[in-house]
Amino acid sequence: MAKVDFAVGIGGEAGQGIATPGNILARIFARRGLNLNAYNAYQSIIRGGHTFLTIRASDGPVRSMGDRLDVLIPLNQDTVNRHLGLMTAGSCVIYDAEKIKPGDTAPGVQLCPMPMKQLSGGDKLAGNTVAVAATLQMLGIEFEPLESSLQKQFQKKGEAVIAQNVGYARAGYDYAAQHFTAFPFKAPKLDRALGIVTGNEAAAMGGAAAGVKFYAAYPMSPSTGVLMWMARHARQLGMMVRQVEDEIGVMNMVIGAAHAGCRAMCATSGGGFALMSEAVGMAGMIEVPLVCIDVQRAGPATGVPTKTEQGDLWQLLGAGQGDFQRFIVAPSTQLDLFRAIPELFNLCDRYQCPGLVLSDLLISEGTASVDPADLDFHPPIDRGEIIFPNGNGSANPLGGANDSSYLRYKITESGISPRAVPGVPGHIHVVATDEHDEDGTLISDEFTNPHKRRIMVEKRARKFQDALARIPAPQLVGPANAQVTLAGWGSTEGVIREAVEKLASDEGIVANQLAIKWIVPFHAEEVARVLNASKHVIIVENNHSGQFARYLRSETGFAAHGHIRKYDGEPFMPHHIVNAVKDQLAGKTRLSVPVHEILV
Amino acid sequence: MSTVIEEAAPIVPAAKPGKDAYKFKVHPDWCPGCGDFSVLNALQTALFELGLAPHQVVVISGIGCSSNLPGFINTYGMHTLHGRSLAVATGVKLANHDLTVICTGGDGDGFGIGGNHFVHTMRRNVDLTYIVMDNQIYGLTTGQTSPTSVKGMKTKSTPFGNVENPINPIPMAIVGGATYVARGFSGKQKHLVELLKGAISHRGFALVDVFSPCVTYNKDNTYQFFNQRVEILEDQGHDPADFHAAVDKGFKWGEKIPIGLFWKRTDLPALDELEPVLADGGPLAFRPLGVSDEQARAVVQELL
Repeated sequence: MAKVDFAVGIGGEAGQGIATPGNILARIFARRGLNLNAYNAYQSIIRGGHTFLTIRASDGPVRSMGDRLDVLIPLNQDTVNRHLGLMTAGSCVIYDAEKIKPGDTAPGVQLCPMPMKQLSGGDKLAGNTVAVAATLQMLGIEFEPLESSLQKQFQKKGEAVIAQNVGYARAGYDYAAQHFTAFPFKAPKLDRALGIVTGNEAAAMGGAAAGVKFYAAYPMSPSTGVLMWMARHARQLGMMVRQVEDEIGVMNMVIGAAHAGCRAMCATSGGGFALMSEAVGMAGMIEVPLVCIDVQRAGPATGVPTKTEQGDLWQLLGAGQGDFQRFIVAPSTQLDLFRAIPELFNLCDRYQCPGLVLSDLLISEGTASVDPADLDFHPPIDRGEIIFPNGNGSANPLGGANDSSYLRYKITESGISPRAVPGVPGHIHVVATDEHDEDGTLISDEFTNPHKRRIMVEKRARKFQDALARIPAPQLVGPANAQVTLAGWGSTEGVIREAVEKLASDEGIVANQLAIKWIVPFHAEEVARVLNASKHVIIVENNHSGQFARYLRSETGFAAHGHIRKYDGEPFMPHHIVNAVKDQLAGKTRLSVPVHEILV
Repeated sequence: MSTVIEEAAPIVPAAKPGKDAYKFKVHPDWCPGCGDFSVLNALQTALFELGLAPHQVVVISGIGCSSNLPGFINTYGMHTLHGRSLAVATGVKLANHDLTVICTGGDGDGFGIGGNHFVHTMRRNVDLTYIVMDNQIYGLTTGQTSPTSVKGMKTKSTPFGNVENPINPIPMAIVGGATYVARGFSGKQKHLVELLKGAISHRGFALVDVFSPCVTYNKDNTYQFFNQRVEILEDQGHDPADFHAAVDKGFKWGEKIPIGLFWKRTDLPALDELEPVLADGGPLAFRPLGVSDEQARAVVQELL
């Protein structure tokens, strides 16, 4: 049976109250069991400007914001001016008849003017509720879910306020029933209830599930959601959460807590990560495990703080001077973020090195539906070779008495040396950012020795000899013998998948997809094998210079046939990729830069 | 291979550690005559006299001559990045508040590149002792001006004389929220031991700024210079609970330069005492990982 797939867009000024109706709609759709993706295009402004929220829902998979809107709810004239021209036949526009003059529309667009003042008693925010009620009515959704949402929302304000708002909503719902034509489809209701989660919440929850006991951050869009979740739940979950003076302090504090034995984590965006770089190298040198999330935004420098990009790949690859071991993972969805964090902690603990997560604004601030059953809060935990105090109170006041037998950086075949945390009797040692010997003694000054230096560099490097085997190789999705292979990394997986489906259904082009999640270590052999067997490889990424294309080439020698890149701050929509693939297969170009039609 | 969580073998408790317990196998490689030898010795004596077990102490430094100190003392040690010791130490202390945390470093490390962390660690009143071996010069980089170099001082980076004003860490710390602020002198080791014992015993952020002459690169602020000038606050009836007197004494610089305990207050809780998360259950670092089913359910409920 064909799936029902629809999208609602709400736009207005920042501060006009878009979040609340957006949240109400998203929760109502998710409670019906619908899959959902919500993307909020906003600006670095607290009041004014233009904010546009797109909520797409379906009983089938929803992997991106999609290509079209079924409902437009403009809260101001500016929103109509920006978006009306993109509304297509079969869609509708719900607006305040007094405030907004729509202008020309494409044939088949239903204009739904509502006497908001009359319906909402002049209460501006209630006007938003009226529009939401009309939307639900036209989507064939019963009134009750909205009623219970409003009850919840106004719970603290008392029965009178609840009754008043439910009354406004009812009026809007009934007005739509009497005056507008409902959609020919009804929003399905499935036999399950889903929740909604942002990527930042998912990453924070992943940290909690992994056993994070120490979280530090400096607020930076679009990563601040992780800090806020952590701060809100710190006492409930027994975590230490600190807001630090700068990102340099953040990373150093995290290293201190991790060295003392905690699982410790931080999140930032590119600018903050730049400040952390030196300390990431410290974690590599003193062999301390930690997890840091970089939620990428459009750079360089301050860039466009509220817009998405995949522009930090080389920053993470090159963070810190010298050679050291690090994991880099680029999850593709909110759920993937949740699962990647505990997985990464296990690897970092085992290999005693930093782990970096490459997320971006699209998935970290974006909202997705989630099945609670998919959120496993008891993932496997592997802390590697770590030595804690025995806890029997037998503190050794002589401390160093048997210390000579313990070597923090003991030369081993695996390169991994058992790690004692401070406070353990009989294991006293110094960890140093200077190069050091097996016992921690500096070999940078009096004891400088090129042979020892080589041995220590090789010891650390040896840790990664079997790391690749612990992470899954990327899998080709789709027919093996496709005309074209679309390769991407991180958050583009969903939109590329939808483009592959559209190419098949709408254009008769057989495509397949290779989505890369693990950047370091990299399954170079497997990726090269897959891509060399492909007829035509196009790399899709959200940056200007083709950062992943260059990395792929450096690791495999493979040069792609074509590239689709977007660096305007907005994410790909499926049709951007579809059109670009058509152009490239027709030989028109090898580099496509899709135009973002929506002015947000 | 599955999780390996080793536990240290039990060790039979012994009597109070001897002073040698804090001596380390690596001998300091500072220049002969460096003021830092005296600071190291004073710290070892203070730890011995306080009866602290070496494995319960972590000495954390940044980068510079004096920041090599953790490598010369038998306690847990971290030799971190230039200017970052206080941030790392805050993480260590909050992760395991049972540890005695001591930071060591120089004036460039603490007041120059680490200035931001210095200010914020003081205002948070993190329970640690910060010993600054203040030689008013960059030694390990062979003699450039430092944030505490006095105006007019000729160094390799100010060959015509320093035109900038120096930082005065004592009033800065008093105003900045440190709850124990003292200044010592390498040439007065017994006095320094007492200041350090007071600082380590103090619950909160304790600064001990120590005049620790660089015999190689600072020909102005020598042992002789300080020997002629230092006056001991404890001999002068200074009341360390008197805020204004403490600030006034801190600004005093010239023919007489005060050393001793300028400022102390015990009415402010340390950061670890303010966090309810640390109230029960021992050090965070040793608590079981993960969340309970009940906690997980509550968190998931918010998504529905």
